[in-house]
Amino acid sequence: MSLLSLKVNGQTHSIDVDPTTPLLYVLSDDLGLRGPKFGCGLGQCGSCTVLVKGQAVRSCITAVESVQGVEITTLEGLGTVDKPHPLQKAFIEEQAAQCGYCLNGVIMTAKAFLDKNPKATEKEIQEGMSRVLCRCFTHTRMLRAIGRARQEMAR
Amino acid sequence: MKNPSLPVNNIQMAQGAADALARAGFSRRTFIKGTGALIVSFSMGGALGTLEAQTRAGAFGLDAAPDSPPANEVDSWIAIASDSSVTAYTGKEELGQGMSTAQMQLVAEELCVPFRRVNLIVADTSLTPDQGVTSGSQSHPTNFNHGNLAGACATAREALLQLGSKHLNIPVEQLAAVDGEIRSKTDASKKVAYGELVAGKKFDLKVDPAAKRKPASEWTVLGKPIGRPDMPQMATGTFEYAHNVRVPGMLHGMVVRPSAVGANLMNVDESSVSGMPGFVKVVVKKNFVGVVAEKTWQAVQISRALKVTWSPAPELPKQETFYDHLRNQKPTRDTLLVNSKDVEQKLTEAAIVVKATYLHPYQMHGSVGSSCAVADVKGDKATVWSPTQGVWHQRATLAMLLDLKPENVRVIFRRGSGCYGINGADAVTYDAALLSQAVGKPVRIQLTRKDEMAWENYGFAFVMDERAGLDAQGNIIAWDHEAWSPVLGNRPVYTYPGNVITGFLAGFQPEEFRPRSPAPEPANFSNNSNAIPSYVVGHVGGADHGAGTVKAERALLHNVASPFWTGPLRSPQRLQNTFAHESFMDELAFRAKADPVEFRLRHLSDPRMLDVVKAAAKSANWDKRPSPKPRAVSAAGIATGRGISCVAYEGDNGFSAMVAEVEVDLATGKLNVKRLVVSIDAGPISNPDGLRNQSEGGALQGMSRALGEEVTWDDHNVTSIDWRTYHSLPLGFAVPKIEVVLLNRPDMPATGAGETAITVVAGAIGNAIFDATGARIRQVPFTPERIKAALAG
Repeated sequence: MSLLSLKVNGQTHSIDVDPTTPLLYVLSDDLGLRGPKFGCGLGQCGSCTVLVKGQAVRSCITAVESVQGVEITTLEGLGTVDKPHPLQKAFIEEQAAQCGYCLNGVIMTAKAFLDKNPKATEKEIQEGMSRVLCRCFTHTRMLRAIGRARQEMAR
Repeated sequence: MKNPSLPVNNIQMAQGAADALARAGFSRRTFIKGTGALIVSFSMGGALGTLEAQTRAGAFGLDAAPDSPPANEVDSWIAIASDSSVTAYTGKEELGQGMSTAQMQLVAEELCVPFRRVNLIVADTSLTPDQGVTSGSQSHPTNFNHGNLAGACATAREALLQLGSKHLNIPVEQLAAVDGEIRSKTDASKKVAYGELVAGKKFDLKVDPAAKRKPASEWTVLGKPIGRPDMPQMATGTFEYAHNVRVPGMLHGMVVRPSAVGANLMNVDESSVSGMPGFVKVVVKKNFVGVVAEKTWQAVQISRALKVTWSPAPELPKQETFYDHLRNQKPTRDTLLVNSKDVEQKLTEAAIVVKATYLHPYQMHGSVGSSCAVADVKGDKATVWSPTQGVWHQRATLAMLLDLKPENVRVIFRRGSGCYGINGADAVTYDAALLSQAVGKPVRIQLTRKDEMAWENYGFAFVMDERAGLDAQGNIIAWDHEAWSPVLGNRPVYTYPGNVITGFLAGFQPEEFRPRSPAPEPANFSNNSNAIPSYVVGHVGGADHGAGTVKAERALLHNVASPFWTGPLRSPQRLQNTFAHESFMDELAFRAKADPVEFRLRHLSDPRMLDVVKAAAKSANWDKRPSPKPRAVSAAGIATGRGISCVAYEGDNGFSAMVAEVEVDLATGKLNVKRLVVSIDAGPISNPDGLRNQSEGGALQGMSRALGEEVTWDDHNVTSIDWRTYHSLPLGFAVPKIEVVLLNRPDMPATGAGETAITVVAGAIGNAIFDATGARIRQVPFTPERIKAALAG
C-alpha cells in the first residue's frame, strides 16, 4: 500500500492503496463513484472508460499509479441531472439506452472523440465508437444522440 | 439526491410506504432507529429515491422478512399517501425494457393522478406481491390486462369514487376522478383529495378483475411516449445498479471455478494465499471455491494465486460433430405438439416434397457488465441485493443453499446489466451469499468476464428438420417439424439451486432429465415456444389453435442432455424454431415459384399475422416477385436482395414481421445488412417510444446473433470467454436503417413486446441472402465463411 494523490472531477483525493490497483476499483470502491463500470476487465468493451487529460482511457486496465496527479474526469464530472452536459442531455432526449450499463463508456468515448473531432460526420462518429459495446443494441439511438450533441457542442 | 450523513429526523416517508413497511414487519420506528443511514425520502417523487430507501431498510432494518403481501388484496399493490401521491408495488422488474415507466403510466392512468405523483417499488420479497419471474414477454400481459396491478388500480379507483360519493354526498355517476381528487362533474367547488379520503388507511378490498378499466380512447398517460424517469440518472452516472450497492463493513469476493467442465475439487492450498494483503478467507463447499478479501483488487489477486487441484474431467463432445451428436444422442425426452397422423400420407400425394435441416448454436446472454450481487448473511438471516429476474425463486433456493428458513431470507431486486434471460445473476447471488455466510459479513462479488461467459446458462442449441409437401398449384398440403435440443439446468425456480453453476458446485443437483419416448399424443394445445409453425392449423382437442391453414401437421421435439448449462435467452426456442420455419417457408415459396409475402398470406389465417406481414411489406415497399432475384450483380461483385419473416410469438403473445434488405459480396461472402423494417402488434400500446426502443434493440440484437454469435469449446472448456472470442456487433459496425411500424390494438388484450422483433431477424436476413444470391444458408451464425461456402455449393 502507498499513499497516492488522485485528481478526480476537479477534487484531489489522497488514497492509501496498492499502486498496481486498476484505476476503476479505486474510483468505484474508494471514491464511491457510480459512473465508471466493470464490464470485462480486459479493456475490450468500454464500460469503464474515463477521461485522463481529455483522452478516453479504459480504467479497468490502467494502474492507478500511472495516473497520479493528472486530471481524471468521470461521467459524474461531465454534468448533473440538473445541469447535464450536451452529450448527457442528448442521450436523455433521445432516450438512448435500455439497461444503461454501457452508457458510461458510450458517453465518455463520445466526449473524447467529439472534443478532438468537432466536425465529425456520421460515419466518422460510428468509426470513433467502434470499440464500444452495447448488448441491448441501442445503437441507432446512441449514434443519433451523439450526432445531436455534436451539433449542440459546435454552437 | 442523497447524503448519508443527514440526520434521521429528516426522513419523510409517504404514508403508503410506511404502511407497506409496517406490513412487511418493520415498524417505522425500527426502520429509522436501526439505520442511522436511512436518508431518502419516499415522497420526493420518482422511483429512484424509493429504491435507495429500500436498500438501506434492507441492510439495517431487518427484523423479519415475512411472506410477500397477497396478490388478491388491493393494499398489496397500492397505497395512497396524505398528499394524494400513489405508491405502487410490483413484482415485475425494470430490466432495461422500460417496464417501470410503463407500469407507472398504468398506475397514473387508472388512478387518475399525474405521472410524477407515482412511486413504484419493484420486486422485493418483503414488500411486493409474488409475481414469479420477470421473463418471457409476460409482464405486459400480466400487469396490463385485468388482474394484478391493472386490476388493483381499477378496483382502487372505483373504491375512491365510492368513498368520495359518501364524503361529498353526491351520487357516484355525477363524480369523476381527476388529478388525485374526486370531483363533481358539474360543480367545480365540490371535490375531495384522495389523501383526505384514505391516507393512512387501508383499502381492505380484494382485487376485482371485473373492475372497470379506463378505455384506451380516454387515455392521457398510458399510450404516450413518456420518457423513462431513470434516464437522467443513468446518463449522469448516479443511478444505483446492483453493482453500486455498498453496505458498511462490506468485503469483496471472487470465485475460482473448476479447471474443466465436470472436474471435481481435489485440494485447496490455503497457505498459497493466506499471507497476501487483505486476505480474509478461502471458502470451500463441495466443489465451490471462493475467496474473500478486504478490497476488490486483493480478492482478484488472491483468486488468481490460490493453488487449487482439480480432478481430470471427461472429454466434451466435439464441436465439429456436435449437431450429429445431438441428433443421435440417447435417451431423449420427446414432446409431440400436434399430430394429424396423415402427414406421411399427404407427403406421398404431394407434387413436390421439400426437406431441409437448420442448425442453431448455443448462444450466450453475454451481459456487458458481468453479474454482481451483494449479500449480508448474519446468523439465521440473510439479505441480498440481486439482479435476478426471480426474487422469489432466489429466496426459496437461497434458503436451501444456506440452510435457512425462507422467511428469514430477503431478496431485493437491483437492476443489473441487461440480462436478456438467465445470465450469471442467479449464480452470482449464490456466490455472494455463500461467501457472506462463511465470513459473517456483507460480501460483494462481481464475476470476471470469463467466469460469466464460461459458466452461464446458454441459450439452446438446435437441430431442426423440416419437411413439407406442395400440391400441383403450389399450396402447402403437409408440414412436419422435428427438432433436437440439449438441456441442463434452467432457472432455479423454487427448488433447484443446482440449475445454475454455483448451486451445482455447492452440492445441489440440477432438475433431473426425465427420458420419455415415444411422446404421448398431444391432449392439450401448447404452442411450445413456436415449435408449431405459424402456417398449420394447430388442431388439438377438437379445435384449431394455430395461425395457419395447413391441416396435415406434426411437430415433435426431442430434448437430450446438454454438456453445458442451458436456460432462457431472449425468445428462448422461439427464435430458433422461427429461424427454421421462416427459412423453410421461403424455400417452399421458391419451389412454388411464389412471391414470399403472397405465399405467406396465402397460408395464414390469423388476422393479426396477416396485418403485421402486410404492414411490414407495405412500409418496406416490398418488391413483389418470386425469389431469388434475377441476377443483377454490380461491377464490384455486390448482389442485393430482400427477405421477409414473421412470427406469432408463442402463438398469440405478440405479432411481428420483418423485411430485411442486404448486400452480399459474392467474392468474399461479406454481408452488409442495409435496412430492417419491422412491424409489431403488442395489443394496446402502453408506451410507443418504449415499444420502438425494444423493437429497434431486438432487431439489432437479433442481427448480432444471426451474424456472429456462437459459443465455442475445446475438449474440456468453453473457449468463447471474452469479446474477442464471442462476437457481438460493437457500436461501430455499419448499423442498418431500422424502421419500426407500430400496430396499435386498443381493443385487444396486451401482449408481450420485448421478445417479438428479435424472433424474426435471422429468417428475414437469411431469406434476403437467398434472394440476393440464390444461395440458402441454413446455419446460424451467418459468417462470411458460411455464406461463401453456400455460394460455392
